[in-house]
Amino acid sequence: MKSLRLIIPLVVFLVIVVFLWAGLSRDPREVPSPFIGKPAPAFDLVQLHAPGKKLGTADMKGQVWLLNVWASWCVSCRVEHPLLVELAKANVVPVIGLNYKDKNEAGLAWLAQNGDPYRLSVVDADGRVGIDWGVYGVPETFVVDKAGMIRYKQIGPLTAEALQQKILPLVRSLQQS
Amino acid sequence: MIPELGHFALILALLVAIAQGTVPLWGAYRRDGALMALARPAARAQFVLVALAFGCLAWSFANNDFSVELVALHSNTQLPLHYRIAATWGSHEGSLVLWMLMLTGWAFAVTLRSRNLPAAMLARVLAVMGLVGVGFLLFLLFTSNPFLRLIPAAPEGRDLNPLLQDPGMVIHPPMLYMGYVGFSVAFAFSIAALLAGRLDATWARWSRPWTIAAWSFLTIGIALGSWWAYYELGWGGWWFWDPVENASFMPWIVGTALLHSLAVTEKRGTFKSWTVLLAIIAFSLSLLGTFLVRSGVLTSVHAFATDPARGVFILIFLAIVIGGSLILYAGRAGSVGGGAQFAPVSRESFLLANNILLVVACASVLLGTLYPLVIDALGAGKISVGPPYFDSVFYALTAPLAFLIGIGPMASWRRATLPDLWTRLRWALAVAIVAAVVIPLMRGRISPLIVVGLFLSCWIAASTVTLVIQRFRHAPQSGLGAKLGANTSAWYGMVVAHLGVAVFIAGVTLVKGYEVEQNVTLDRDQSVEVGGYDFTFRGVVPVNGPNYAGVAGVVEMRRGGVLLDTLRPEKRIYNAGGNPMTEAAIDAGFFGDRYVSLGEPVSDKGTEGAWALRVYVKPFIDWVWGGCFLMALGGFLAMADRRYRLAVKRKIDALVGATA
Repeated sequence: MKSLRLIIPLVVFLVIVVFLWAGLSRDPREVPSPFIGKPAPAFDLVQLHAPGKKLGTADMKGQVWLLNVWASWCVSCRVEHPLLVELAKANVVPVIGLNYKDKNEAGLAWLAQNGDPYRLSVVDADGRVGIDWGVYGVPETFVVDKAGMIRYKQIGPLTAEALQQKILPLVRSLQQS
Repeated sequence: MIPELGHFALILALLVAIAQGTVPLWGAYRRDGALMALARPAARAQFVLVALAFGCLAWSFANNDFSVELVALHSNTQLPLHYRIAATWGSHEGSLVLWMLMLTGWAFAVTLRSRNLPAAMLARVLAVMGLVGVGFLLFLLFTSNPFLRLIPAAPEGRDLNPLLQDPGMVIHPPMLYMGYVGFSVAFAFSIAALLAGRLDATWARWSRPWTIAAWSFLTIGIALGSWWAYYELGWGGWWFWDPVENASFMPWIVGTALLHSLAVTEKRGTFKSWTVLLAIIAFSLSLLGTFLVRSGVLTSVHAFATDPARGVFILIFLAIVIGGSLILYAGRAGSVGGGAQFAPVSRESFLLANNILLVVACASVLLGTLYPLVIDALGAGKISVGPPYFDSVFYALTAPLAFLIGIGPMASWRRATLPDLWTRLRWALAVAIVAAVVIPLMRGRISPLIVVGLFLSCWIAASTVTLVIQRFRHAPQSGLGAKLGANTSAWYGMVVAHLGVAVFIAGVTLVKGYEVEQNVTLDRDQSVEVGGYDFTFRGVVPVNGPNYAGVAGVVEMRRGGVLLDTLRPEKRIYNAGGNPMTEAAIDAGFFGDRYVSLGEPVSDKGTEGAWALRVYVKPFIDWVWGGCFLMALGGFLAMADRRYRLAVKRKIDALVGATA
C-alpha cells in the first residue's frame, strides 16, 4: 500500500505531460466551439471611441453581424487586420470589435495606426465577456445571425480562404433567410 | 569576435556541465574520492564560463553590435545604457542565458558554503545541478542561440519593447529568476538524499537556508513584477492571474509549504518523504513555468515570440527531469521511515494543515492555468479561466491558512492543548474581531469580504505581537537587550514574515474594498472630485526623453482647497517603435495612492482641448508590496541564523570524532 502511495505524484505528472503534449501538437484552430448553434452570450459594454455610450447584443438583433475579438498586444491581429479593413470597404456585414484585455489608449492608437474596420468597438478590459464567449486565444471571429445565434467561429487570424469559402457564403445565406 | 567568444564559452560550459553531471555521480556511487572531487572545480568553471557568455552578450548590447541578430531585434542606439544592458534579458534567448547564469551562480554559491558537507553529498548535489544545466545549455545552443549573427548587420536596431523600459523591469527578472532557479538547490539536495538513501534532520538543516534564500528572492521578484504592472500598464491593477504570473506564483506557494515542512523535518524528524516531494515539486513547477512561458501553449500578455519546436524540447526535458525524480522518489522514499509521533493538536498538526492548504491552493492555480489546455485536448471546446475563478478559490483556501498563522507558532511541538491556546490567544482574537467591525464602520462601507480580510489581518498581527510579548515575558533573562538576544534570528525572521502577511492582507482588503475609480473627460481648468480629492486639469505640455517624445498632462490635486501635489501623467511615443505608452503619475503615500493616467484628446481642438483621464484613489495599496518585502526580509533574517553555520559543523565534528 505504502509504495503505491508513493507512485501517485508520478502518475499525476504523467497525466499532465500527456495533456501538455496534446496541447503542443494540437492546432488550436481545429476544435469547433461548443457555442455554435447556441444563443450568443449577452453583453452590454462601453464603446471604445465613446466611453459614455454602450453597445449591447440586443442592439444587433435583426441583422447578421461579426464579432471580432482583438487587442493591441496581439500579434496575429496584425496579420488578419488588412483583410478586415478590406471587408469593411466592401460593406457587406457589420463587424463589431471586442477590444479584449486591452488598454483603451493602446486600442485607440492601434486603430489609428492600422485602420479601423469596425462599425464599433466595445471594451472588455477584464476579459469577462471573452470568458462568456469562450474566447481562448486572440484573435477570434464569430458570425451571429439575425436571431442572435452564434453560427460560426474562427479561432486565430482570419484567412482569405476562410473568408471567401466559409464566412461570406454563410453571411449571405443568413442575410437572405 | 566578442559574440563568438560568448558562443564558444557556452559550448565549453556544456562540456563542463556534462562532466559535472556524470563523473561525480559515478564517483559517489563507487566511493571514489578523486572522481567526487571533480564536482567543485567543475561547478566553478561552469559558472565562470556562463558568466563570460552572459558578459559577452551584455557587451554586444551595450556597444550596439547590430550584427548580432538578438541585439538588432531588441535594442537601439537611442536606448539609454542601463536599458541596453537590461535588454540582455529582455528576450527569449537572453532570458535563458540569465536562467543559466542563475543556476550556475547558485551552484557556485554551494561550492563556497560546502566545507561542512560530506564529499559524497556535495558531489551528488553539484552533479544534479550540472545535469539540469546540461538540459538548459542544449536548449540554448540548439533552439535559442543568442549569438546568431545577422549578415549584413542592421544599420539600426529595433527597439526594446517600451513596456520593458522601466527601472522595475531592470531588476524584476533577475530577482524572479534568482528565486525560481534557486529552488534547484533544494531540489538537488533532495535528489542527492534519495540517491544516498539518507534523509534526516541534518539533510533538512542543509537544505533549509538555501530554500529560504530562493523563496525570499522569489517573493521580491513577484512583488516587483506586480508593482511594475501597477504603475506601468496604466490601468491600476496589480495582479491579473495571467498564466505567466501563475507560473511564478506556483513555485512560490509550494516553496512556502516547503519552508514550513523543512522546519518540521529539521526539528522533529517527521514529514521526511513529504518534504522531499515538496522540494521536487517546487523546482518542477519552476521548470513547468518555463515551459508554459516559452512554448506558447497558453496565450498570455507576457508571451514573447513562441515556437513549437522549443515547446517540444522543453517538454521532453521536463519529462526526463521531473519524471526521473518522481520515479526515484517512488522507489526510494518508502525506505525513509516515519518520524516521531505527534498529537492531533500540536505544532506538527498545524504545519501539516498549512502544507495541505498551500498544496491544494497551488493545485487549484495549476488547474486554472492548465484547464483551457485540458478541455481543449479532450475536445470539449475552448474556454478561458479568469480572475473570478482564481479569486474565489484562492480566498476560500487562504482564509483558513491565514487563521492558522496566528495559532501555529503558539502551539508546542508534539502536543498542545486547546484550553492553553485559548488562554494565550483570547485577547488577540478579541482585538481582531473588534477591529474587523470598527474599521469598516469608521470608513463608512462594510461588506463580508472586508470584515473577513480585516479580521485575518488583525488576527495575524495581534497574535504575532502576543507571541513576542509572551516570549519576552517568560524569558529568564532580565533587561530588554538580553531578552532580545535570547531569541534566534530565525525566530525573528518568522515574526517579521508573519507580520508581512498581515500587512499584505490588510493592503489587499482595503484597496479592494475602498478604491475609487473614475474615467472622466476634462477640459482645461475643469475639476473632478474622486475619493475626497479634487483633481484639476491644467492642459498638457510637451515632454522629450532620450528616445521618446510625448505630452504630459498637468493635474493639480487638492484636498479641502489646499494644493497637495501636481501630477504629470505622460503619454509617450517611442521613436523606434511608434507605439504610444502611458506613464501613470502616482502620488504614493503610506495610507494610499492617488493615481492619474492620461487617455486621449477627445475634442476637435486636438491637444489643446479636452482629454480623457483615468483617476484612481487606492487606499493602502502600497501595503500589498510592503507586506511582500517584509516576508522577504523575514526570510533573509531566518537565513542569517547562526545555527546553519555552526550546528552543521558541530554535527560533522561529532561524526568525525566518533569514527576516528
